[in-house]
Amino acid sequence: MRGDTGFPVRVAFTKQGKVRFVSHRDVARAFERAFRIEALPLAFTQGFSPRPKVSFGLALSVGHESDAEYLDVELAEPMPLDLLGDALTAALPEGIDVIGVVPLVDRAPALQEAVGEVEWEIEIRGATPDVDASPDSVTVRVDAVLAASTLPVERVRKGKTTTDDIRPAIRRITVLGASEGGTVLIAALATRPTSLRPAELIHALGPDYIEGRVRRIRQWIERGDERLDPLVADTRIALEARAS
Amino acid sequence: MTSLWPRIEPLLAGVEKPARYIGMERGSQRPEHRPGSVSWLLVYPDTYEIGLPNQGLQILYEILNERPDAVAERSYAPWLDMIQVMRSQAVPLFSVDTHRAAGDFSVIAFNLSAELVYTNLLECLDLAGVPVRNEARGTDDPIVVAGGHSTFNPEPMACFVDAFVIGDGEEPVGEMTEVIGAWIRGGHIGGREAVLHDLAMVPGVYVPSMYEVEYDGAAIRGLSPRYPDVPAVVDKRTVADLADWPYPRNQLVPLIEVVHDRLNVEIFRGCTRGCRFCQAGMITRPVRERPADQVRTMVEEGLRRTGYDEVALTSLSSADYSGIDGLVAGLVDEQAGCGNVGVSLPSLRVDAFTVGIASEIQKVRRTGLTFAPEGGSWRLRQVINKLITEDDLYAAVEGAYSQGWRRVKLYFLVGLPTEMDEDTLGIAELARNVVKVGKRHTKQASCTVSVGGFVPKAHTPFQWFGQNGIAETRRKINMLRDDLRRTAATVRWHDPEASFAEGIASRGDRRIGRVIERVWRAGGTFQEWSEHFRLDRWLEAMAAEELDPEWYVTRHRTEDEILPWDHIAAGLHRDFLWQDWEAALASHGLPDCRWTPCYDCGVCTDYALEHVVASSVPPAGGSQGTGQDLTTAGAVPISLSPTRA
Repeated sequence: MRGDTGFPVRVAFTKQGKVRFVSHRDVARAFERAFRIEALPLAFTQGFSPRPKVSFGLALSVGHESDAEYLDVELAEPMPLDLLGDALTAALPEGIDVIGVVPLVDRAPALQEAVGEVEWEIEIRGATPDVDASPDSVTVRVDAVLAASTLPVERVRKGKTTTDDIRPAIRRITVLGASEGGTVLIAALATRPTSLRPAELIHALGPDYIEGRVRRIRQWIERGDERLDPLVADTRIALEARAS
Repeated sequence: MTSLWPRIEPLLAGVEKPARYIGMERGSQRPEHRPGSVSWLLVYPDTYEIGLPNQGLQILYEILNERPDAVAERSYAPWLDMIQVMRSQAVPLFSVDTHRAAGDFSVIAFNLSAELVYTNLLECLDLAGVPVRNEARGTDDPIVVAGGHSTFNPEPMACFVDAFVIGDGEEPVGEMTEVIGAWIRGGHIGGREAVLHDLAMVPGVYVPSMYEVEYDGAAIRGLSPRYPDVPAVVDKRTVADLADWPYPRNQLVPLIEVVHDRLNVEIFRGCTRGCRFCQAGMITRPVRERPADQVRTMVEEGLRRTGYDEVALTSLSSADYSGIDGLVAGLVDEQAGCGNVGVSLPSLRVDAFTVGIASEIQKVRRTGLTFAPEGGSWRLRQVINKLITEDDLYAAVEGAYSQGWRRVKLYFLVGLPTEMDEDTLGIAELARNVVKVGKRHTKQASCTVSVGGFVPKAHTPFQWFGQNGIAETRRKINMLRDDLRRTAATVRWHDPEASFAEGIASRGDRRIGRVIERVWRAGGTFQEWSEHFRLDRWLEAMAAEELDPEWYVTRHRTEDEILPWDHIAAGLHRDFLWQDWEAALASHGLPDCRWTPCYDCGVCTDYALEHVVASSVPPAGGSQGTGQDLTTAGAVPISLSPTRA
């Protein structure tokens, strides 16, 4: 977000309940409408078809929930940010709640590039009733995956098939316990060089597993040795403060 | 009466666009079903993306929910993948608002706007657990209602629908609610027959089971009421003043992309141009314009509530709205401060595409402009009474191309009455000339010619005309394609087989119902979708019922024969329609009756109504009835705001 003349802010929001079935792109359009409904003073791009300066963070798959989604938007003028959050929530679909708004420094790194790790709460279920997806069985599979030195996986990107090793992207897995349909675990997955998706992790744990409820619980920006919450990483002290 | 959501949710992981089934749109309601109140499930029998924007359904949704004695929820046809899992898991059709089972509603009301969705209506009823045949339903089954333009020939669906609402639904739904409410609260005395009989007493409501049809071989001998108090002819209902109905107040904003995805404000109903092929124009007379102030308010409030950045002023011919220039200019001025709202006028007539209007239309998500000359020659356009001259068309596209548009789409019909090959080739000539005009402005100028086979409709002067058969339609389309090969004009066409099937239902009688049921049982849903349409199902069904497709589709009707919809009145005198048919055959045109003397089609005199116009100033431009010389049309200077198309 450039922000040389405008006032960039970062918005954190959740996506829970039925709205999880709405795609990332459609959520973006809902935000655009919410900005208009609340008549927020937005900065617009130059050129013939001016658009508000909004950039979204990592996409969330249809069907997944989240406690931690982010977007950056540039305001044309400063305003009280606590009111902004509530105003947006009222204009957004049920299940999308703005939980934080902070001012950003100029030229803060874009969310999609800056985020390095995502934590997920994933429910594992058996693909068929005879598959054992109890915590004990899942733990055995998790241990095997963590013990492996490589985990090759075939991916197709833009028509080309490559073989990637996904083991380095699996940072941590913790089995929490049983759920109604199977087992719940927490997994911390890297987003670089390419994002490791929950579906890929589940498949690596076993092709006889399928996903139940999946929820993104944290996103982390990594800078050097530090691991920062996106609402903290590039915040400026106050919206009006600007280095002259 | 609980929500089926816990049983629906697990199905959504395996289907396309699961958000079709979750509801939660801005503007949606979750009404409490009070005991003794009448609950309506309003269903558009096509996919969510097509059905959600339907204004008629949204208007009734709001009106019914405002009543203390009624509630309304919505549903749309689930897609094929969802239908499959619903059936396998025994999940019935449900409302998207509260996920309540369709069978729990007092009324299931369908919007019928096209013949090829008829089989979807049957699929929806079956998914709801309601017997598809009206005679098989019991006291506990919902009452099945249908509204929309297709009800003006209701007979093909007469075996399935309990009550048709003919014309504007705003008032009759209230009256029907009172009748049904009284029956429910009275303990369903008299059973289904009693409530259906009472509904037949509501003006504008046609209850097919209250009538017997007699045949004389293939012909209809007559249709007669079974009770003396049931009307022999059902007159349509007409809302006299749109100002009394400022709906929708809270247009639904879908969470996923749908067609017409913008704020839509209806600026008038009815049409006075009198194009002879157009059922919509004929059956919605007289014209009732919404007052300009009310349009402005609805636009302002609508944009504020929805957050849309585009508003469309909708009607059958939007540039005909009196004072349209002032209205559009005013709207754009008001919105300027709010940052880039686009105003668009769909359904613009070529001859009314003027400076005033076009230059006000600002940034809109546009890929091209569409005009609908319909007939390829001036002679044929006089036959169909769409009095657009060639010069009108060239002037309009000159304006478009000169101001930055690169693509123009032209709609034409083939198979119009008196059509000869030179008329069809006239389409190619127009297209070539349009491209020539375009190339003077941009190398990338192109033109798409979109051709459909004409399907004659009930309540039009062409209702007696035999439709062109498949081979003839194909021949004409191929002739056009050959003539436009290797030009910058591309030809697209509607499948002639689909047009044929539409023709079976369009002027079908009650016997066609059994054909529709056979097509549905053979798996023929979503027939409006080209990937699912199959003519063989229709022809096999006709053969199995021993009905001749030629009798229904390609035969010319005679003046004295009884037509399947004679008992439904749109207000047009049959004499007028026949005379207009004869005038068509003689290539005479009729002027726009909003501004020129009345030619007594029957609607205004019979219903003691008149055209309601918002202003006394006729719109500028327009060959018909507004003072321009029809033979020359005059120069129509146009300047449009620049855009990159």
